[in-house]
Amino acid sequence: MLLEQSLNSLQFGLMLFLLAAGLTLVFGIMDMINLAHGSLYMIGAYLMASFVQATGSFWVALPLALAATALVGAALEVTLLRKLYERDHLTQVLATFAVILIANEVVRLIWGNQSLMLNAPAGLTGPVELPGGVQYASYRLAIIGVGTAVAVLLYFLVTKTRVGMLVRAGASNREMAVAMGVNIRRLFTAVFALGAALCALAGAMLGPILAVQVGMGENILILAFVVIVIGGIGSIRGAFVGSLLVGLVDTMGRALLPIAFAKMFSPQVASNLGPALSSILIYVLMAAVLFLRPQGLFPARG
Amino acid sequence: MNKVLTIALPAGIAIVFPLVMHALDQQFYTSFATRILIYAMAAASLNLVLGYGGMVSFGHAAFFGAGAYIVGILAVEGVSSLWIAWPAAIVVAAAAALVIGALSLRTRGVYFIMITLAFAQMMYYVFVSMKAYGGDDGLSMPARSTGLGVSLSNDFVWYYLVLVLLMIILYLLHRLLRSRFGRVIEAIRENETRATAVGYPVYRYKLLCFVISGAIAGLAGALIANQTSYVGPALLHWVQSGTLMIMVILGGVGRFWGGPVGAVVLLALEELFSGTPLLGDYSLHWQLPVGVILLAVVLFAPQGIAGAFSQKSQ
Amino acid sequence: MNIKSIVLVAAAAAAFNTHAANELKIGYLSTLSGPAGAIGVEIRDGFNLALKMNGGKLGGLPTEVVFADDTLNPETGKQLAERLLKRDRVNLMTGIVFSNVMLAVWPTIQQSKVFYIAPNATPTRISGEGCNPHFISASWPNEGYHEAAGVYAKSKGYKNAYLIAPNYPAGKDATSGFKRGYGGAISAEVYTKLNQLDYSAELAQIRAAKPAALYAFLPGGMGINFIKQFVAAGLSSEVPLVVPGFASDQDIVRAVGEPMLGIFDTAHWAYDLDNDANRKFVAAFEKEFNRIPSLFAEQGYTTALLIDSAVRAVKGKIEDEKAFHKAMMAAPGRFKSPRGDWKFAHNGTPVQDYYLRVVAKDNKGRIVNKKIGTVMNAHVDFWAKECKMK
Repeated sequence: MLLEQSLNSLQFGLMLFLLAAGLTLVFGIMDMINLAHGSLYMIGAYLMASFVQATGSFWVALPLALAATALVGAALEVTLLRKLYERDHLTQVLATFAVILIANEVVRLIWGNQSLMLNAPAGLTGPVELPGGVQYASYRLAIIGVGTAVAVLLYFLVTKTRVGMLVRAGASNREMAVAMGVNIRRLFTAVFALGAALCALAGAMLGPILAVQVGMGENILILAFVVIVIGGIGSIRGAFVGSLLVGLVDTMGRALLPIAFAKMFSPQVASNLGPALSSILIYVLMAAVLFLRPQGLFPARG
Repeated sequence: MNKVLTIALPAGIAIVFPLVMHALDQQFYTSFATRILIYAMAAASLNLVLGYGGMVSFGHAAFFGAGAYIVGILAVEGVSSLWIAWPAAIVVAAAAALVIGALSLRTRGVYFIMITLAFAQMMYYVFVSMKAYGGDDGLSMPARSTGLGVSLSNDFVWYYLVLVLLMIILYLLHRLLRSRFGRVIEAIRENETRATAVGYPVYRYKLLCFVISGAIAGLAGALIANQTSYVGPALLHWVQSGTLMIMVILGGVGRFWGGPVGAVVLLALEELFSGTPLLGDYSLHWQLPVGVILLAVVLFAPQGIAGAFSQKSQ
Repeated sequence: MNIKSIVLVAAAAAAFNTHAANELKIGYLSTLSGPAGAIGVEIRDGFNLALKMNGGKLGGLPTEVVFADDTLNPETGKQLAERLLKRDRVNLMTGIVFSNVMLAVWPTIQQSKVFYIAPNATPTRISGEGCNPHFISASWPNEGYHEAAGVYAKSKGYKNAYLIAPNYPAGKDATSGFKRGYGGAISAEVYTKLNQLDYSAELAQIRAAKPAALYAFLPGGMGINFIKQFVAAGLSSEVPLVVPGFASDQDIVRAVGEPMLGIFDTAHWAYDLDNDANRKFVAAFEKEFNRIPSLFAEQGYTTALLIDSAVRAVKGKIEDEKAFHKAMMAAPGRFKSPRGDWKFAHNGTPVQDYYLRVVAKDNKGRIVNKKIGTVMNAHVDFWAKECKMK
């Protein structure tokens, strides 16, 4: 069971990373708190469900959904979010909160009130046998694969390419980057679109496991914020470590703690206490980092 | 002359409102108006720390919800007297604000926003974990608080009690902001470095402001528990904190009437869009026009509604 | 002092003003959105079908139904109930799907003295000690299905059972009911968060526990996800799954499909029940909505018929509470319901048969729940004995 739970934790952590990566870049480079990040995740999932219905194929729909969500993200950035960069954080919080409300309703108007069906691609609906004789859902393994691949790609992009260097420069010192002649506007839009695509990937991949529903973004958004605070705002590496850490604590709370508590409390209480306690622990961790080392585990800013 | 109007007019409307509703046979709106009054108090408390103090607290719902839960838990345990339950709610909320504020105020800027959020979420999960008091499902109170000799389950009486409390709180806030304390807080908000240089114990002032604001939010929480005779963890959720912030900005950050005006506008809009035939078949989508209005205010009228009015009179 | 109290009393009384009924205004508070919304939609469609078949009237009175969506949030439900009762002045209420909303809203309804006819959630807290003449259940007592499933599991001789249900009042009712019917060893009792969608942690634990049977009460979107993940994890070949009808009917079949074939479940109704009323109901539903009805739809349908019968019996005078209650209690005997013959226990819950069903294909190749046998006959709610009414 330990192997299975570890894989679960890895799967959750990697998907969280996809969301956190985009969020940390936006926060780090543009210094903007973007609460609407979760809405891009939701839109990505909805677009994926629609594209799958239209094309009949999961793998054809996926790049379409990513591209479409990136476009939505870019459009959002150019029209609205650009105006918020110079504003204070409170304004950013409220404006992007408003975007959440609007996005939720627009999605409801287009796709209706009920959740959408999104199924795993054929071939990945059954289990796969792991070394040790344990069976594990093949689709979840696919998620781990995709998540890891994207993490590696992002790492290369950010550390080994020119674009990545510009991104890192912008994250560590925006004014200097502008002074050095970087076309900051285009860079911002590109970063935002990339973040949106990552959100869409997470939404599309998690859709078959969770449900494609309005409001799915809010739940995961707050965890993404925890991750980037712990990891360090603006740092991809920090987002990676933070996501895995949060994934670990969450799985521990859902899997191991209830078993331990079942010996002491009634089943109802034990089942409730485990996840609640691990959530509390996650926020304690976040508060501790903010208090003791606010720049996070891997500070991006010099 | 202007000042008398800004107080007399809203007070007058508030006082006759239930009577008018009764005459129109629309008693439901008295209960609805009481909800507005309670949120006006909560928003006013946030405005103190956010607008006047300049501290962007994203966890204000924690004090609001904690106050509500104290009343709910005591009621279920048999203590229904408001003379015990309501002060207890205020004290607990203030204590929470003291602890959270003491830790959070050591940080600044965006870190302060995040850490207040973190603490509020922690408290949210604490109440979720209390299965004995409902957990996720929340807690129903057997009745409203007792102790005044007249039954508070009567919506009419309840409205006036809440109105009186709101008026007292607003008056106290007014005196507080006019006092030395208020001026120092605003000076700190304007330029913290200068305030420190001049010799004010900035941290202590901010903390006191935070605690007072938390205490008032606790009282508002005690009232909201009574209003619905039900408490649930959603009262402490970050979305609730966000809603309170929306009220403050709609009404006018740092304007005296910002909190109450924002509460009235937001809740009235919500009811208008969702509860009346205005949007017709689209009533379920009331959050859309609300979101658009909020966005517009944030982008184009950051002074809020109260701000727009006071600018006009200049 | 005297005038003041008169004004206060008048104000209080006027707040809950019931119509002298020359028309029916029904407050329909339900969960119509989100992953669990499909259940609410099913019940509503069944209700609307009966209303339509009666020409838009129930009990001979023109009927207006005011819908409200609680979004599975007890606080929202409470506020909407207040608005329906105090502002819209509805004279009957119905619709609530989930027990946590039901329990939060019940005190408000109780205070208003308006009759509530439950088309779904019937928590033991209201059917037992807390019973009340204003609460009528058209569906089943919460533990009914689960007790039947327990009896079935016992008959199969499973050595132990692993229980999983959401952590809310109906989830607790589910495990209690099953344990009573089953009477055997319980491998583990696990509660998940209401509306939880990812069951990876729980599935790993189930696999490690190697139970002889798994009983899962996970309705709506929860059930869809659980069964899909259960199959994907390869557990469907390792652990026999028993579910209550809530977790295997049409709303889930439509989403999961073939992997569900062969699952056994218990319910108060089955698609192929052999009586005229059922055939009529199924035909009309399929024609109107172009899909196969679920047990939830039957509940909504019967709710409307109950209201129709009782209102007709009191000739529209629903303000006469005693007479209306009596008419309600006698109503099941006065019309033919798709579920067959049934009556009320004194606590207002149905006394009916519970069937064993299997998920299988019908002669048109569609996936339905077929009746294979009867598990409990004319079963009375276990908690009825705690009800001190009458």
